Amino acid sequence: MRFQRMARMTVTAAVVALAAAGCGSSDGSGGSGDAGSCKYQIGYFGALTGDSANLGINIRNGAKLAIDQYNKDAKDCVGLKEFDSAGDPAQAPGLARKAVTDKTVLGIIGPAFSGESKAANGTFDQGKLPIITASATNPALADNGWKIFHRILGNDASQGPAAARYIKDVMKAPKVFVVDDATEYGKGLATIVKSDLGSAVIGTDTVQAKQTDFAATVTKIKASGAKAFFYGGYYAEGGLLRKQLTDAGGKDIVMVAADGVKDPGFVKAAGQAAAEGTILTCPCLPPSKTKGTFAADYKAAFKVDAGTYSGEAFDAATVFIEGIKAGKTTREALNDFIGSFHGEGVTKSIAFDAKGEVTDKVIWAYKVKAGQIVEEQEIK
Amino acid sequence: MTISDRLGLADRLRALDDRRVQLVTRPRQWWNGLPKPVQWVAFGAFAVLLVLLPILDPPILSTPDSDFPTVLFIVGVYCLAALGLNIVVGLAGLLDLGYVGFYAVGAYSVAVFGSPSSQLATAYPWLVCVPIAIALAMVAGVVLGAPTLRLRGDYLAIVTLGFGEIVRLTALNSGVLGGAAGISDVPAPPGELADGSRLFGVIDAKPYYWLALGLIFVIVAASRNLERSRVGRAWLAIREDEDAAELMGVPTFKFKLWAFAMGAAVGGLAGAVFAGQQGFINPESFIIQLSILFLAAVVVGGAGNRLGVVVGAILVAYLPERFRELAEYRILVFGLALIVMSVFRPQGLLPSRRRAVELAARQDQVEAGVNV
Amino acid sequence: MQFLLDNFWDLSVTGLTQGAIYALIALGYTLVYGVLRLINFAHSEVFVTGTFASIFVLHAFGLGSDDPVPSAGMVVLYIAAAAVGAMVASAATALVVERVAYRPLRRRNAPPLVFLISAIGASFAISEAFGVLVDRNNVRVPNLIEPQTQFHLFGASVNNRQLLIVAAAIVMMLCLDQFIRRTRLGRGIRAVSQDPDSAALMGVNKDRVIALTFILGGLMAGGAAVLYDLQFGVTRFNAGFVLGIKAFTAAVLGGIGNLRGALLGGLLLGLMENYGSAIIGSEWRDVVAFVFLIVVLMFRPTGILGESLGKARA
Repeated sequence: MRFQRMARMTVTAAVVALAAAGCGSSDGSGGSGDAGSCKYQIGYFGALTGDSANLGINIRNGAKLAIDQYNKDAKDCVGLKEFDSAGDPAQAPGLARKAVTDKTVLGIIGPAFSGESKAANGTFDQGKLPIITASATNPALADNGWKIFHRILGNDASQGPAAARYIKDVMKAPKVFVVDDATEYGKGLATIVKSDLGSAVIGTDTVQAKQTDFAATVTKIKASGAKAFFYGGYYAEGGLLRKQLTDAGGKDIVMVAADGVKDPGFVKAAGQAAAEGTILTCPCLPPSKTKGTFAADYKAAFKVDAGTYSGEAFDAATVFIEGIKAGKTTREALNDFIGSFHGEGVTKSIAFDAKGEVTDKVIWAYKVKAGQIVEEQEIK
Repeated sequence: MTISDRLGLADRLRALDDRRVQLVTRPRQWWNGLPKPVQWVAFGAFAVLLVLLPILDPPILSTPDSDFPTVLFIVGVYCLAALGLNIVVGLAGLLDLGYVGFYAVGAYSVAVFGSPSSQLATAYPWLVCVPIAIALAMVAGVVLGAPTLRLRGDYLAIVTLGFGEIVRLTALNSGVLGGAAGISDVPAPPGELADGSRLFGVIDAKPYYWLALGLIFVIVAASRNLERSRVGRAWLAIREDEDAAELMGVPTFKFKLWAFAMGAAVGGLAGAVFAGQQGFINPESFIIQLSILFLAAVVVGGAGNRLGVVVGAILVAYLPERFRELAEYRILVFGLALIVMSVFRPQGLLPSRRRAVELAARQDQVEAGVNV
Repeated sequence: MQFLLDNFWDLSVTGLTQGAIYALIALGYTLVYGVLRLINFAHSEVFVTGTFASIFVLHAFGLGSDDPVPSAGMVVLYIAAAAVGAMVASAATALVVERVAYRPLRRRNAPPLVFLISAIGASFAISEAFGVLVDRNNVRVPNLIEPQTQFHLFGASVNNRQLLIVAAAIVMMLCLDQFIRRTRLGRGIRAVSQDPDSAALMGVNKDRVIALTFILGGLMAGGAAVLYDLQFGVTRFNAGFVLGIKAFTAAVLGGIGNLRGALLGGLLLGLMENYGSAIIGSEWRDVVAFVFLIVVLMFRPTGILGESLGKARA
């Protein structure tokens, strides 16, 4: 009885303390530092909490760096307002409306993922709020007639064929197994790779997000006699699949995957030994190849190396800042400005076509070596 | 003796709880004592307040990190779903852990029949899709119920949970339902503003909130009548003692199936409204955790009591949105809150009167040392 | 279909390995259900605590995620230590869940639904606490066993790790079975699950029996956690959710409240998932599991072996 009371008290105390802590912090932070005091703001829309937070933080930091650099010697500051969707499409419309109705927000970097983009971009389009995504690579996003849509990296329609070319031309693998994770991103990519590889594909399987036991898939890959397999999906499942295949004696079957797997979390999930030699494609420039002092500045500001899409986010923020500098301080004017923008970013030269796709697309192949994801070569 | 005992913290908290109970019961007596016309006027004023809520945007209630009308709308959808689940869980006493399945059937019906980009491409307007959604959800309820309702309580729980997952995974893995990509261009409810723009547009969520609010009033009234009908009394009999009910001539299987179908219909309606507002749906919006949240709304609010269930749904849907700044800790705090509420208010925040009496009777037994 | 026939034994071996882990977790659901007639929704987090605790123990020994496999003698020691750590942590978590989320409700004689909600609350809270603690990242388990094929079973290779997992699971279940059959405490559990009121009248301390049941379930979950860590080499804060649902399915499949039913249900579920994935694709794995459950319950409404912890073997 005494213990029960104690436990009850502890729980109550914990709730009160946490609630108090939450309320306290809300006064202090108010979203993102001094964002509220600036006349104009750029929004970041994507996950900052939840399972996919790591990717979102890379993007937010890239954008923050560009804005901080501008604010250092500008007389009118620009703020960065964060819209944390946790990557959940169901939360996206509410956040998008919040962004649209806040008239100080002139542009959005994001949404980070394809699913939430579908749910939110219609609202941005109605609100005439220009967006530049630095990571949502689903090709169909550009086909919705959204006038405000821009994408600063190559989509899966260019990444998929590049992955297929790499498998055919560089690896020269005659037999390839294709696995996808049934997500919009993974399945879309795997479908493109499948059709590009044609008769080289000797088997396919579909797994599920959050799955941990891939025994049946491993058996299928091994039984097929493939020399390589392509995985369309994200790093958590990809890492486990790689590990279980290696454990089951499929060490020599090379894994090829795309940007969703290009994350240190992949090596962590698979283990260094199993991850070794995995090929990862990404429409992102290696941070070491970025122009100027971006990579060093990023490291100085955030104490970590620039991650996947940090450079792309930096460029997206730069486009917005250039527009604001040029006096395009209404949403419509800024959108027109982006449409006709030509300039050099740290990752590529930036210009958008009529559908909002960036014209200069870079796709790189990376390789896991000694537990690190290092650049291998550009896929032409 | 522990420190908390010495401080009498537990007793003080309990005294606080007792005082709170009084605070709840006294207004109820006072309210029941008021003359009818006064009750009606007060009720009307409250309804007007609810309608004006998104326009007033009151400072403390408002959500600083998300669009307030959208949050209100989502809260409304949770209320609808919880009201539907209340028929199954609160009235008929059947444990359903897969209620999100019916919600999904409703949402997908509107998308598949209404969206020009679905493979069916019938592109019916929203108003036509809603009856289809409700009908299909009812059919789903019967299809699930017919083979499984003979199972005892906890077996039913896992089977319904499995059903919820089957619905989601089927949507995820079959092309006709859009797969993981989902279906976009879901039709919105009809109506035009004076300037020719759509009443149910994407920028302003207020009309959607009013729609949800209106539906809540309708469902509350309907389930109130249902509860007092022959069907409702049959459900209560089944909930209290199924065997006795059967013995007294209540065709229990038939009425259980009815409860499932009625609950499913309301769930389908909630899903249809949600899909219309969202404009785009994919399987991620129908994960099994949502079922658990709906169930938490029903139980925390007070299973069997319509008002309690609505309060529960408001807590479950609104609090996480209001305290977005807690970010990382939101679900953690929510979990602890569920424990605390269960421990302090096992009968729910606003218990159904009948259930409260039962619980009090059982409490007396406990204190008398019987059945320990 | 041809693929299933060609790889039948291979799929059976991997299916049994996964099934053994399901079975160990399923025991926890079945034990608690036997005495309380309640679903312990927080049991999946009891398991997750074990997966983190064993990694914690291994890290305390100075093992890193990518260190090479230690020598055989040390491996035995490490696994034993990790197992003890996981079982203690899981049992402690189970006990805390019982004290915080169950016992206060029992005292107030709350309706069964409320137990479910407070257990769900405990489940959310524990899982999220781990999520915050490890930043929602995957946590790697140090390498302890390099899988090596030991022998072939009808053409399917069987490796040392699979042998260990299945053997350990069966040994743990035998111990539990003997404990419940032969000891005084075990008799107490049987008595309470058969007839709580009579047991109380006969002087059985119900609270103690219930606490003991949670501890036993926790110990089994802790064992499952170590085996899981060895098999998958990585854990997550939300790894328990799906696994818990599957284990619960296994318990119901075999007949909830029946220990041998949990074993049978776990192994059957592991096998069916693999066969189903082989025939119609891995994306339908969970659907296969649930449909199988529904079909079985239609013909045997109380599971394959029927229910009741006590009655089945008085």
